[in-house]
Amino acid sequence: MNWVFQKNQRAGHYHQRRGGLLQRIHIDITLLILLLSLSSIGLLILMSSGQDDIGLLERQITRLSIAFFAMLIVAQIPPHVLKMFAPWLFLLGTLLLLGVLFMGDIGKGAQRWLDVGFFKFQPSELLKLATPMMVAWYLAERRLPPSIKHIAFATIFIAIPTVLIAKQPDLGTAILIASSGLAVLFLAGISWRIIGGVIVAIGGLAPVLWSLMKEYQKQRVLTFLNPEDDPLGAGYHIIQSKIAIGSGGINGKGWMNGSQARLEFLPESSTDFIFAVFSEEFGLIGCIGLLTIYLLIFFRAIYISIQAQDTFSRLLAGSLSLTFFIYLLVNVGMVTGILPVVGVPLPLVSYGGTSMVTLLIGFGILMSIHTHRKLLTP
Amino acid sequence: MKTSFDLKSSLQENRLFLSRSIVLILLVSLLFLALIFRLAYLQIETHEKYTDLAQNNRVKLSPISPIRGLIFDTNGQVLAENNPSYSLELIPEQIKDMPGTIKRLAELLPISKGEIDLFEKRRKQHKRFASTALRNRLNDNEVAAFSAHRHLFPGVEIQARPLRNYPFAELTSHVVGYVGAINEKELKILNLVNYRGSRFIGKTGVEKAYEDLLHGSVGYQQTENTAQGRAIKVLNHTPPLSGRDLTLNLDIQLQKVAYDALGDHTGTVVAIDTRTGAVRALVSKPGFNANLFAQGINQTSYTALRTSKKRPLFNRVTHGQYPPGSTLKPFLGLAGLEYETIKPNQRIMCPGFYQLPKREHKYRDWKRGGHGLTNLHDSIVQSCDVYFYMLAHELKIDRMHNFLRRFGFGQKTNIDLMGEKTGLLPSREWKKRARNQVWYPGETLIAGIGQGFNLTTPLQLAHATAILANRGSAYQPSLLAKIDNETMPLKLTEPVNLNNPAHWDNIHNAMYDVVNGARGTARSIKIGAPYKISGKTGTAQVFSVKQDEKYDEKNVSEHLKDHALFIAFAPAEKPQLAIAVIVENGGHGGSVAAPIARAVFDQYIDVSP
Repeated sequence: MNWVFQKNQRAGHYHQRRGGLLQRIHIDITLLILLLSLSSIGLLILMSSGQDDIGLLERQITRLSIAFFAMLIVAQIPPHVLKMFAPWLFLLGTLLLLGVLFMGDIGKGAQRWLDVGFFKFQPSELLKLATPMMVAWYLAERRLPPSIKHIAFATIFIAIPTVLIAKQPDLGTAILIASSGLAVLFLAGISWRIIGGVIVAIGGLAPVLWSLMKEYQKQRVLTFLNPEDDPLGAGYHIIQSKIAIGSGGINGKGWMNGSQARLEFLPESSTDFIFAVFSEEFGLIGCIGLLTIYLLIFFRAIYISIQAQDTFSRLLAGSLSLTFFIYLLVNVGMVTGILPVVGVPLPLVSYGGTSMVTLLIGFGILMSIHTHRKLLTP
Repeated sequence: MKTSFDLKSSLQENRLFLSRSIVLILLVSLLFLALIFRLAYLQIETHEKYTDLAQNNRVKLSPISPIRGLIFDTNGQVLAENNPSYSLELIPEQIKDMPGTIKRLAELLPISKGEIDLFEKRRKQHKRFASTALRNRLNDNEVAAFSAHRHLFPGVEIQARPLRNYPFAELTSHVVGYVGAINEKELKILNLVNYRGSRFIGKTGVEKAYEDLLHGSVGYQQTENTAQGRAIKVLNHTPPLSGRDLTLNLDIQLQKVAYDALGDHTGTVVAIDTRTGAVRALVSKPGFNANLFAQGINQTSYTALRTSKKRPLFNRVTHGQYPPGSTLKPFLGLAGLEYETIKPNQRIMCPGFYQLPKREHKYRDWKRGGHGLTNLHDSIVQSCDVYFYMLAHELKIDRMHNFLRRFGFGQKTNIDLMGEKTGLLPSREWKKRARNQVWYPGETLIAGIGQGFNLTTPLQLAHATAILANRGSAYQPSLLAKIDNETMPLKLTEPVNLNNPAHWDNIHNAMYDVVNGARGTARSIKIGAPYKISGKTGTAQVFSVKQDEKYDEKNVSEHLKDHALFIAFAPAEKPQLAIAVIVENGGHGGSVAAPIARAVFDQYIDVSP
């Protein structure tokens, strides 16, 4: 008989009742249902924003299928194996990143991509997972809360990919990777005094950095913080996006009836700004509904992390949960004009992107963590 | 014991982790509420305002790129202009079937594979809603052919755009430079707001150095559009501010004379007006057709230019570094007089070689039998090496370095072009720092005839010659004469003041006899000149000849042949123009480089009283 099956027989009342089969194939049904409903809503919006472009829809469905499949595969890998691979994945990712940086310099224009023959691959995607894994792997072996020395090492592990990716330049991804690593540190119990100290230090350093910047850099930062200064670039996106959202009202204009998106006033309506299309067509009620699904996914994920049985799993699961929510926060914050414009897609809804695969692999890890637990209570 | 500790600490860890998780849950819930509040504000509080805006949202804002400033030569000849040009542009967002559209367009107009590749490359760099050119420079027939079928191609338009044109193409390729499409690297440091709608940016030469002045400021146009996005009415118009027109000191006629005089040789000619520092000619040959870059160069032509053995893209005047050879002798002679290691009429014996005390090695003169008894004057006129070995040995490298530095050797001239090289003026301190080696006395001797570590750019050589011609007053070499109608001020730099100004005469007289004396190394160029030239020839070794071996011109392959150099100013008594000529692998300075300088002087020197 299968090893896992035996364990489960002895193990849980809870999981036995909930579905022994599901646990055996390492699926967390709650997460799966939530994720599937989110992607379905995404496809619905895409039909509207993509202007009935069947090709667009088909490609998105293909990508989703691949991503869900990848998630289910990863869910089969026990957490201790993931832990074993963590430093190697991190090393590989960093090397690839350096490779892209140098090779990309020759080719120009395409610094983020690595052509592996039959498909193109962004090493930064690998690091979205490898970075929190690395930090979790490192801290799991140490006594928590971590000492200053361990915090320093963990910070270096976070800084390496963050800086390399920010140089590409891909600010959105750099922010996501930094926060995934910092989330691990936070969950590991880094003291409030240090957190406060860092915040104060950043506040104090900002004016110094500002005075060191060149004129064009200052101008960049100002446009970044206040997109309305650049009415033909980021500012145009924000203005159009706010018009779309605001005109949606409480009830929305109805599916396929959003004039802003349909008349092509809204740029990037299928990708980064797809939330504006949704808001215009489904209104505030729809938005609350959609955001609630995201919140529920976060709750389920953080529940999994609390239930996790070893430090590595716990830290990693917690970080993955938070990163998922930050995705949403950065995207919706950008589309509604309260955060600067950085290119971050709306998770599982925006068209395209290898990021979808990475995101769902992250959920695969969460499922693995949850379904590989050894339940001691009868 | 260990287990209980582990249990305890793991219990502690559990508690810690739980409390942190709760903090996260609270934080996320709070942020969630913030997003909802923001949405509620937009969708309830400001709903009416945005509904109005949405209904009237037929208004599109688009950038109007400024017209780039023109570039003129000193006599008002246009060196860079903007010609109207029609391009076929596609807006990817509005085109459903891109390959099909391109295929159908190719049936209508001639479109090459290279153009399609270039388009695909650019398309990936642009936003989906940005217009991207598929073909440039359509002729009238092609415009008519497309216009008749326009309705079949939504998202495809003919745009009239100014295209940079350089009427003198190769002739000005290094000095005026060229503009090209903005690349990713430039995007990172540009003022993006001002470059909305701009597609070109100065890449080299004056086009790059004065990009800020030439570009101008972006304008905006607000248009009312139909639901399909076609403009029907202009609502608001903020005109762009055109770039400034620049007048250069360059004299295109002189430039042409210099360029032609170089013939098929690879080399440089720099001519500077000694009275102002105005650069009148700046030739680096071979040049290239700068229009290729402004029109969007294809990969094949670019690779051909980049890999060409003669390196046409390389601006030798500011970036090329050559051993100055004997052209350094007048400056070193002056140093000897100033430091009083020699006297003007003191003679030494030149047996055809020089030996350091107690050393075997013979430092040879170019003239096998030697020059016999020779003084400073004759040593410059006939370019005696032994005299300068002796002079260098007594001066020592550091004094040579300090004196030559005053003439601008080893440092940038600060001409208004980017990326100028500094050359190399060796010193004890430099060798220690750069190579971590001590200085050898033999190296001083070699430096005394402008070989060894010494490297100068052609521009430095012309600049130093101008200072020499001026008896010490120095102007920064400059290309820009006027911005619109505003004349640029003269740029004086630190002059060279001698302890005894009479020493200038010693050197000037010697240089006069190089051209006008009976035994001068450049005496051939004086014939028929209605004015007097002073100069100094130089022959710089590329190939080192072994001890007691003879340099045989016929047996040395082309790229190892000596460089021919000539520096000169004229008229000798009241200089107007200083020139430095370098002919790569040209052989002798007197026979190859000097006639080129003569041709340039003939064009420039005003002999009317």
